[in-house]
Amino acid sequence: MTTTNTEKTWRTICDSSDLVKDSGICALLANEAGNEEQIAIFHLPNSEDKIYAVGNYDPIGKANVLYRGIVGCIADEPVVASPLYKQHFSLKTGRCLQEEQSISVYPIRIENEQVQVLY
Amino acid sequence: MKTDKQLLSKAKIVVVGNGMVGHHFVEEMAKNSDYQITVLSAESRLAYDRVYLSSYFAGKTADDLALTTPEHYDELGVTFKTNAKVTNIDKSAKVVTTESGDCFEYDKLILATGSYPFVPPIPGGDVEHSLVYRTIDDLEAIQASADVSKVGVVIGGGLLGLEAAKAVKELGLETHVVEFAPQLMGVQVDGGGGRLLKTKIEELGVQVHTSKATNEIVAGDKHRYKLCFSDGTELETDLILFSAGIRPYDNLAREFDLEIGQRGGIVIDNQCKTSDADIYAIGECALWNNFIYGLVAPGYSMAKVAVKDICGEEAEFTGADMSTKLKLMGVEVGSIGDAHAKTEGSLTYTYENQPEGVYKKIVVSSDKKALLGAVLIGDTSEYDTLLQYMLNAIELPESPEGLILPMAADKPTLGVDALPDTATICSCHNVTKGDIIAAIDCGAVDVGQVKSGTKAGSGCGGCAALVKSVADNEFEKRGVEVKKDICEHFAYSRKELFDIVSVEKIKTFDELLSSHGRGLGCEICKPVAGSVLASVWNDYILKKPHLSLQDTNDTYLGNMQKDGTYSVVPRIAGGEITPDKLIVLGQVAKKYNLYTKITGGARVDLFGARVEQLPPIWKELVDAGFETGHAYGKSLRTVKSCVGSTWCRYGVQDSMSMAIDLENRYKGLRAPHKIKFGVSGCTRECAEAQGKDIGIIATENGWNLFVGGNGGMKPRHGDLFATDLDDETLVKYVDRILMFYVQTGDRLQRTSVWMDNLEGGLTYLQDVIMKDSLGITDALEEQMAAIVGSYQCEWKTTLEDPEALKRFQPFVNSDKSDSNIQFVTEREQIRPARGEEKIAVTFIPSVENDATEKEAVAEEV
Ligand code: SRM
Ligand SMILES: Cc1cc2nc3c(=O)[nH]c(=O)nc-3n(C[C@H](O)[C@H](O)[C@H](O)COP(=O)(O)OP(=O)(O)OC[C@H]3O[C@@H](n4cnc5c(N)ncnc54)[C@H](O)[C@@H]3O)c2cc1C
Ligand code: SF4
Ligand code: FES
Repeated sequence: MTTTNTEKTWRTICDSSDLVKDSGICALLANEAGNEEQIAIFHLPNSEDKIYAVGNYDPIGKANVLYRGIVGCIADEPVVASPLYKQHFSLKTGRCLQEEQSISVYPIRIENEQVQVLY
Repeated sequence: MKTDKQLLSKAKIVVVGNGMVGHHFVEEMAKNSDYQITVLSAESRLAYDRVYLSSYFAGKTADDLALTTPEHYDELGVTFKTNAKVTNIDKSAKVVTTESGDCFEYDKLILATGSYPFVPPIPGGDVEHSLVYRTIDDLEAIQASADVSKVGVVIGGGLLGLEAAKAVKELGLETHVVEFAPQLMGVQVDGGGGRLLKTKIEELGVQVHTSKATNEIVAGDKHRYKLCFSDGTELETDLILFSAGIRPYDNLAREFDLEIGQRGGIVIDNQCKTSDADIYAIGECALWNNFIYGLVAPGYSMAKVAVKDICGEEAEFTGADMSTKLKLMGVEVGSIGDAHAKTEGSLTYTYENQPEGVYKKIVVSSDKKALLGAVLIGDTSEYDTLLQYMLNAIELPESPEGLILPMAADKPTLGVDALPDTATICSCHNVTKGDIIAAIDCGAVDVGQVKSGTKAGSGCGGCAALVKSVADNEFEKRGVEVKKDICEHFAYSRKELFDIVSVEKIKTFDELLSSHGRGLGCEICKPVAGSVLASVWNDYILKKPHLSLQDTNDTYLGNMQKDGTYSVVPRIAGGEITPDKLIVLGQVAKKYNLYTKITGGARVDLFGARVEQLPPIWKELVDAGFETGHAYGKSLRTVKSCVGSTWCRYGVQDSMSMAIDLENRYKGLRAPHKIKFGVSGCTRECAEAQGKDIGIIATENGWNLFVGGNGGMKPRHGDLFATDLDDETLVKYVDRILMFYVQTGDRLQRTSVWMDNLEGGLTYLQDVIMKDSLGITDALEEQMAAIVGSYQCEWKTTLEDPEALKRFQPFVNSDKSDSNIQFVTEREQIRPARGEEKIAVTFIPSVENDATEKEAVAEEV
């Protein structure tokens, strides 16, 4: 039996120097149920929130690839385009702009040059 | 008298018949929500694609052919009934009644009842295995009969008869076509064409019997039936398929007093109205100007006219062109206008090439200025151009025969403008040029809206470039300034960006965005900028400022596969490889357990590498002397070659050395799209050079150069650009042509489409390249020399750069691999596991390594 810990905490993922400007990196997390979760972290220094974290799994292409997509904006919404079939996912809401699909979004911040995600 | 309530309720429209035209009417009419539409279908299913009926035997199902679904009609708010044959029309009460007694009131009635196959009254013809070819039910009957038959005869050698013969052949029967007239397809094709068509069709194993009138059908000796012909001969068969013409379903009009033509058909006026002002007739049941159109496109036009008329808009049906282009059992057939040269004083030019089975004829006016008609058999490549000459009354060139003679030097081609409205632009969604124009008529203001309105481009996506040029061309014609903006971030075309980058000496995307763009960029403008920067400056594409611009394929220097792994394609220039290198490929593939395949580009592809495996794999390959093959880049792919004069007894030049030199010269060059070359050692053309962007064919005196060939989506043969060039001139011309393409091509535009869109076409390009009409050839050569001089193998550079290598680590915070990538074994090699074959892998913190061990792929062998 697993003890469910619903308390989410800010966990450190990597140094802020590991981020790649205008591009993505991927981190492996374990959620409270003990399952693997991959998150894509994007660094868009010219956008409002500058740093975003979303699920790495592309629900349309069905592969863990989103961090390898090109980032940018569509009508001012920051997005990543899936490298497989090019659908756009909002980095703010996780919503897919072309199809009825969405991906998870994670709160993310930089504290003392460390990238931290709340999960 | 109308009550208020009636005024409030919607006007009722009843459509009789849910064939292709009836359905088209419904779709068009449903765009206006002021009407309540009811459609009654005599068939057991809703509308389907009759034109592609034959594909049913090639594996298409009734669902594949369906043009609509009950859900779709529900969505449109359309009421429908199948198995609902209308048997009564009460014109004064405005009510129709079906066979089963259901009544429907109408304000406007549309008859779209189509036609039925004519079965000549031959004594003994009404037997069990005597069938017709019109509906899906007919196909099912044919299939059932074919299962218990060995021989099939199609009576009627017209267009539909030959389609039917194809179906019978595909069902595996010994197939015969019996035609009353002395030739096949007498309506569309002249005597000469008919003769050739017969030969070609017989070559395909179908026996053709012309000038045969069937007198009687009796029981057979060896087979089920025997056809007895008027000349005393006989033919035995098990199955008879009648395709002796069609007759309009005008019975309702006949019985309920609507005007019909002498030889049948419901008479309509230019608004598609019958003799009753509230009843319209459209499609194959309608007789306009004493003519019945047996094609869908005119039916669709009628449907549109009727819709407009009902909505109170002005519209007129003014006839339609009956020219046709089709492929019958693999034989290309084209017929345009006055194919039989019936026009007074008309003159004809004929070209016949019996060995190759090509017949072409054009019919011109007595002053040789206007094209009146044409017949093309075996090769219809000039169809679009010829049709355009006729439809738009374009004045013919000095020697009209040049239009059909092979290799004629000044053969004019007309751009996308030349495509007829019936030309299929998107084959996935069966969208024609006419549909695209209609979408624009209906208010689409940019290519995006054209695409979402017509669905064009939303299947395989391969037609995107063509859809865009057709739409842009149409916008331009309407005086709409076509925005060549590549996306919302840059109000410039690729060419304009190219000029900006080179003139303003811009070196990074950020610079370009802040000076000429807006927002953050996207997956369209970033790779374009990356490609332009690479073409102008030829920097290493993974250099920091360029890194985020590349598509994943360019970032990881491999093609991403469906499961997120990559392929590894080393360059094998000209397809020549030493046994030692071949062994290295085998060893590497074995060590990393990669799926291995010889590609269509004459080299070797290793599939299924995880990102983190790419650097070690490439390290071994680079150490063994391999370079990147740029299979991922919009850049030079392969130079396909034959062994040429070195080995081949027919070779007249050393095509192998030429191919290797060219591949090494242009490798790494970034372009609007990929570039492929072919070099053949003689005219036998084993390297298929004419199907490549740059094609080179050896002659006794040097090399012939072809430009703008393409395989893929829309194949095109290259245009003969220059002949008998020496090595040096050849390379000079290719330098100039490629650089000119790199500078002026649109995003994702292959050289073939670029050539087609180049104003002035081939002659213009020849002037620019060979006569230096723009005064730019020196600059083009210099630019190419700079690029050739600064080549680097991107993989070699990457392996030497620890920063770049960091990108190949899948996770920043773990050394594990992606557990969703799993393989199974098939034919002794790996392939990606399908969804249902995958093992769910959960992460258990204490026993981390278990997860990776569960994967079917072995990392070490
Ligand atoms: C591997 C290969 C098929 C094979 O199993 O043999 C292949 C595989 C792909 N082709 Fe191809 N094509 C391959 C030879 C061809 C050929 C044959 C040839 O080159 O002689 C053609 C037709 C010739 C031509 O291009 O004119 C061809 C016409 C296409 C097209 C259509 C291009 C067009 O202009 O219509 C695409 C789509 C595109 O590029 O937009 C395409 C795209 C692709 C992509 C890149 C699709 C994708 O984005 O995933 C495939 C990925 C390759 C990979 O994962 O490594 N491939 N492809 C062949 C690799 C050749 C090589 O050594 O580089
Ligand atoms: C094998 C084949 C290949 C073809 N190839 C081509 C081609 O390449 N290009 C081309 O342009 N055309 C082609 N055609 C012709 C094309 O299919 C027709 O022009 C088109 O289908 C006509 O559409 P329609 O709606 O007028 O008639 P139909 O599609 O025949 O539809 C009429 C419908 O009305 C129904 N109906 C009839 N009477 C009643 C009634 N009283 N009550 C209710 N329903 C009724 C019929 O059952 C039928 O379903 C081909 C036809 C066939 C059979
Ligand atoms: S093209 Fe010519 S040289 Fe090349 S293999 Fe064929 S016949 Fe030989
Ligand atoms: S999407 Fe148009 S042909 Fe495939």
